[in-house]
Amino acid sequence: MTPLLEVDGLTKRFGGVTAVDACSLDVPAGSITAVIGPNGSGKTTLFNLLTGFARADSGRMAFDGRTIRRPDPTTLYRRGLTRTFQQARIFGDLTLVENLTVAIQQPWHRVGFASVSRSDRRRADGLLEEFGLARLADEQAGRLSYGQKKLLEFATVLMSEPKLVLLDEPTAGVNPVMVERIEQRIRDLHARGLTFLVVEHNMPLVMSLCDPVIVLDHGKKIAEGEPAIVQRDPVVLDAYLGT
Amino acid sequence: MRIRAVGLARGGTILALLCALPFAFSAHWVVNMFVFTLMYAALAVAWNLFAGYSGYISLGHVAFFGLGAYAEAITFSHTSIGSGYRPFYVLPLVAIGVGLASLPIGWVALRTRAITFAIVTLTMLFVFQNLATNLRSITHGSSGYALPVPTFSVATYERPFYFAMLGILAVALLVSWHVRTSKLGLMLFAIRGDEEKARGLGVRTTGSKLLVFAVSAGLTAMAGAVWAYYLTYIYPQYAVDPLVMIGSVLPVFLGGRGTLWGPVLGAFILVPAQQYLAYRLGASELYLVAYAAVFVVILLVLPRGILPSLGGLVERWRYRGSALAADDELPLQPRIGERAA
Repeated sequence: MTPLLEVDGLTKRFGGVTAVDACSLDVPAGSITAVIGPNGSGKTTLFNLLTGFARADSGRMAFDGRTIRRPDPTTLYRRGLTRTFQQARIFGDLTLVENLTVAIQQPWHRVGFASVSRSDRRRADGLLEEFGLARLADEQAGRLSYGQKKLLEFATVLMSEPKLVLLDEPTAGVNPVMVERIEQRIRDLHARGLTFLVVEHNMPLVMSLCDPVIVLDHGKKIAEGEPAIVQRDPVVLDAYLGT
Repeated sequence: MRIRAVGLARGGTILALLCALPFAFSAHWVVNMFVFTLMYAALAVAWNLFAGYSGYISLGHVAFFGLGAYAEAITFSHTSIGSGYRPFYVLPLVAIGVGLASLPIGWVALRTRAITFAIVTLTMLFVFQNLATNLRSITHGSSGYALPVPTFSVATYERPFYFAMLGILAVALLVSWHVRTSKLGLMLFAIRGDEEKARGLGVRTTGSKLLVFAVSAGLTAMAGAVWAYYLTYIYPQYAVDPLVMIGSVLPVFLGGRGTLWGPVLGAFILVPAQQYLAYRLGASELYLVAYAAVFVVILLVLPRGILPSLGGLVERWRYRGSALAADDELPLQPRIGERAA
């Protein structure tokens, strides 16, 4: 498989701390790639670098066959790379449908048009239906439960029909029923050809869902491969259990 | 569509009442007071269009008020005012000119956020005040700038100014209403909620902020232009006055930030109250203290402003015992601690 996302020697320092240290990795097209690692191993910083929310000190990345010189969230989003956040970030003042509509690209000559057009509404309703949120379509998003907010954020990033979705701990702090629903959404979308890069602490989920698995420790990639192999890797066990 | 019809009826009724007002109360002091009430209402609606919708607190908008005032004064020191109405006809040009002039300023200021943006724009206010004072060849500095006095009938002298201010308010409301129901409004509300996230969803953040900043500046400038013509003599310290700035921000906080009618409601409470306090306590300037006290009370009692607080009450009443509240499969969080709209 050709990699959809190629990262080479990505480095980010905060003062004396090297949060991401010469990290190189590939996300194969059509995969569900996992990034795991102990707390503070640089997973979220890596996500921030890949999505342009933070600027790398050095290293290069290419997405969909094109080198990205200055990663910027808006540009990457338009090229089909999008993400969710560890703490679900949604627009609490807006309704669910409006939340989804925000994510639709608007050309300048249309900014004066009705905020939610009939076709926007149709697309949003379809996606909310898939995510089991249709009944709450016109509620204020701020009133949703935490798990529902995570589902909504997930649905929102799909509005642009992305190629690669980065999920930052999609099931953290969510009840078991909701975890199953989120997992099912990932599987369905993957079956339709979407590629995922997932940071996750729920190991049983990672082992059943993801392939390959990349392990970070102190900002460095220490292992990569099939979940069953990575799980037995002594270096990985050492990083998790400590010495 | 039903909501739209109700809104249209409400807007039409309020504007019709305001049109009838100077005919019902023709005493000079009453109409004069309402000229200023409408001016602050227009300033508040214009300010809310930018600050209330985008969440960026600008404390420098009065610079554009002054720019509009000086544009009007300088234009009509070289040009005849005709029968006296010509200065009103050029208002759209003033708006466009100042709107365009505000773009580079906004572009620089909008590189900052939150409290930094407030400080940067506040600095802009004092820069403009200094320019008005020191560019003597253009503004005549602190000796002030005179405009021609129109030959309106003495009995109804204030009326043209009243209707000019009312017209500006109506335009500002119309623009505000249109923006809040459009994609631009949706983009601004997203920016107000979480600008980083909005950027990550491909929202054109800089462009939409700048666009609404310029429109807001243009509306503010029109009010400044009519104000200058009404007073017929302007000074730098009054044309770019922090008190006018406060006067256009307070009604927004009182009525409700980000709402359509809140700023108007706020202005119609605050401006007459201020005039009354100035009349009762004017000799001692204590009215400024009373004015500040009003603001403190607003923040304590109605932190979200009148309209959102009332809206919250209505909503709670409507939702009591509804299917949504009773649903246990997808429980909703209570509204407690919800952020102000």
